[in-house]
Amino acid sequence: MIMPLSGDPPRSRCLSIALVIIVLVLALAPFLFGGAKPLNVTAKICIFIALAASYDLLLGYTGVVSFAHTMFYGIGSYGIAIAMYGLGPRWGAAAVGLTVALPLAAALALVIGLFSLRVQTIFFAMITLAVASAFAVLASQLSWLTGGEDGRSFSVPEVLRPGFRVDVLGLNITGRMLTYYLVFACCAALFLLLLRIVNSPFGRVLQAIRENPFRAEALGFRTVIHRILANCIAAAAAAAAGALNALWLRYTGPDTSLSFSIMLDILLIVVIGGMGTMYGAIVGATLYVLAQNYLQALMGWVSTAAGEAGLPLVPSLFHPDRWLLWLGILFIASVYFFPAGIVGKLRGSR
Amino acid sequence: MLVTSLETRNLTIRFGGHVAVDGVSCAFRPGELTAIVGPNGAGKTTYFNLISGQLTATSGAVFLGERDITRLSAPARTRAGIGRAFQLTNLFPALSVAENVRLAVQSAAGVHYDMLRPWMRHRELIARADAVLARVALDGKRDAPASALSHGDQRKLEVALMIALEPQIFMFDEPTAGMSVDEVPVVLDLIAQLKQDTSKTILLVEHKMDVVRSLADRIIVLHNGKLVADGAPAEVMASPVVQEAYLGSFGRGRAA
Ligand SMILES: Nc1ncnc2c1ncn2[C@@H]1O[C@H](COP(=O)(O)OP(=O)(O)OP(=O)(O)O)[C@@H](O)[C@H]1O
Ligand SMILES: [Mg+2]
Repeated sequence: MIMPLSGDPPRSRCLSIALVIIVLVLALAPFLFGGAKPLNVTAKICIFIALAASYDLLLGYTGVVSFAHTMFYGIGSYGIAIAMYGLGPRWGAAAVGLTVALPLAAALALVIGLFSLRVQTIFFAMITLAVASAFAVLASQLSWLTGGEDGRSFSVPEVLRPGFRVDVLGLNITGRMLTYYLVFACCAALFLLLLRIVNSPFGRVLQAIRENPFRAEALGFRTVIHRILANCIAAAAAAAAGALNALWLRYTGPDTSLSFSIMLDILLIVVIGGMGTMYGAIVGATLYVLAQNYLQALMGWVSTAAGEAGLPLVPSLFHPDRWLLWLGILFIASVYFFPAGIVGKLRGSR
Repeated sequence: MLVTSLETRNLTIRFGGHVAVDGVSCAFRPGELTAIVGPNGAGKTTYFNLISGQLTATSGAVFLGERDITRLSAPARTRAGIGRAFQLTNLFPALSVAENVRLAVQSAAGVHYDMLRPWMRHRELIARADAVLARVALDGKRDAPASALSHGDQRKLEVALMIALEPQIFMFDEPTAGMSVDEVPVVLDLIAQLKQDTSKTILLVEHKMDVVRSLADRIIVLHNGKLVADGAPAEVMASPVVQEAYLGSFGRGRAA
């Protein structure tokens, strides 16, 4: 399926198997797991796959470091939230939100790019940091529009509500499941679109710019325009992912959309998965979100089991309160052992 | 009929107090291979950079045909038909040999912003890139990353990138520097082949005198940034100024 779409197969048996498993589990999640939490986790994985893939377009393919990715994610989230909150739970409101948010994100990326991508990319990184911080402050100040620190809760069209039920071929489908599949399908489409872009002639020029901008220019490519375009595409894709996140949560607030910790999540996902591979976003987002959600529980289980077995030291080492420490150690280990990311490692060993 | 394809008029660049290229006026014609010689630091590479746009002149002008290109950016000059192969190998290290050449091919074909058609569907461009690779005898290494090539192969790829651009003006900056003896002929044959096409203008910076003698229709000599001699090979090589300015320093050895 990937071959005819983009001409960039996973190129590693282990990676292909891992991808098939992840995609299958994500696709069947509503039927595999009971309860709300697992579906929240898989939906977040889907959204972060799209978000991290859009960041990989910048960081991994173009070699541009941006700290404004959560800002664009936030623009998409707030676009949906403000539109649905103001116009009511209608599809038209979602469309309005998207038609404002996506071009706004791209336009803002264009302006930032025009100002700073002509100069050195380190300058661009600083500017994105400044703009993103300013935007976060602005969003919390404009509370009449954004709900301030509280954010905005809103309702969604009826078919997406948890209470909605319909029987399809004897299966009991809820509105929650429908929302999940909307998120899943849109994230898959975003990912495949990005995969296609990086494997196009345009995408190859981005890689050339990352490798050697001087030579890319000598070959006739206007590197600034390519960088700016990549920035705009990544911004629009991040905004789309943000919109899906808002739709899933039926809520948008600073913590779910603009927080700097999301920026760190994205960076780590891309680095752990493998920069400049696209597939790294799938593997990275899956592992990262799982670790975020289940490491604590896993450690609690290990700690208790070790305590019952009478082992010394282990119970306190794995005490659930230390889960952040372990998460950090896992990141360091993965970056140390897989400098090219998990996908780079898997491809290297075939 | 003396058609001029490329001309520099009083071309000058200053780095602080140092004048690296000093009032060089010279016209180059299609079908002619001009060798540019001169001792290390004479300003040959800098002269090339001024023509292909990596540097912008302090004063003077560069004309491509009738068009003043002095202020154009490097990419604009490349699109206008100036091709450049660099003295210090300048590739896309992590990309494969084929991808390196395909980039040049896609630029030549004007495919800059196509985002939705995967590269593998551009069969015609892929075929063109493969043909270029065959010309420099690199077709066997098409899938290796450029960084994994030997020095000699990297020099060939450097030349391949320029050829794939299909420019009007070819600028070779010491294409065979540091190559092993058995690799040199591939590149020299290639330059000789390019010469067959009389619509192309070729500029060649080269230290090896036997190469210059066998390929050049004309030699110009740069010394301390100034054009000090210009003429047919035999005549220039015999002139006292060249004996002193160039051949005199030749024995001192040079770095590649
Ligand atoms: N960007 C620059 N800034 C300052 N000085 C420079 C710069 N580029 C070149 N120069 C100086 O200009 C002079 C000419 O250098 P250039 O590289 O053109 O010589 P060359 O003839 O190509 O020598 P070689 O045979 O060693 O390649 C040298 O003295 C060099 O130090
Ligand atoms: Mg030089």
